[in-house]
Amino acid sequence: MGVEIRSTAFEPYHELVLYQARMQAAGQYGATAVFVGTMRDFNDGDEVKGMTLEHYPGMTENYLAGICQQAGQRWSIIDSLIIHRVGELLPNDPIVLVAVWSAHRKDAFEASVYLMEELKSKAPFWKKEVLANGHRWVQQNTPGH
Amino acid sequence: MGIQVRFFASLRERLQLSECALPFEESMTVEQVWNQVTHNEPIPANLLCALNMEYVSLSHVVKAGDEVAFFPPVTGG
Repeated sequence: MGVEIRSTAFEPYHELVLYQARMQAAGQYGATAVFVGTMRDFNDGDEVKGMTLEHYPGMTENYLAGICQQAGQRWSIIDSLIIHRVGELLPNDPIVLVAVWSAHRKDAFEASVYLMEELKSKAPFWKKEVLANGHRWVQQNTPGH
Repeated sequence: MGIQVRFFASLRERLQLSECALPFEESMTVEQVWNQVTHNEPIPANLLCALNMEYVSLSHVVKAGDEVAFFPPVTGG
């Protein structure tokens, strides 16, 4: 189980390869479900030029580790990985990677949706957008699933 | 030993307060911590509270040495 908060840019597909090699579970998993969240250059009808992601150090890591443990109890999964950016981001920068490995696809699919929806609704991160004419805090996440 | 209080995101900016310490008083709730630190600012409808980095409600009782945090709805991912 991996949980990481990154203050600099990361390449999610490279991270996947690295993490999967370290898992030493070759032959055990038949399914890998992957979600990558990427920064858009528009929101609420406005062009977004950049973003600052704030978090609550300590609580964020605890919360994410907690939902990974919950996922491990609810579904039959082999491993999971969450990487999330904080700090200054630009459009097209990856924000979040969620990956789940399992023997069969149902567990990986369902656990990855659970992790992503819990993260979006309760993990203490906050986005502040840079617009052409100033800054704007994102008020709330839209229901996703 | 007092209580450490922290604010995040838009709430931190609006109150112009990132963190502060409060002297501990017997039978203090999270709501009373809010009232003392903000000088009775109205409680935002969507306010989220954490005690020692776990979500709690406003009625939760705090103890000496606790860390209380207040923040708006989360917007990660």
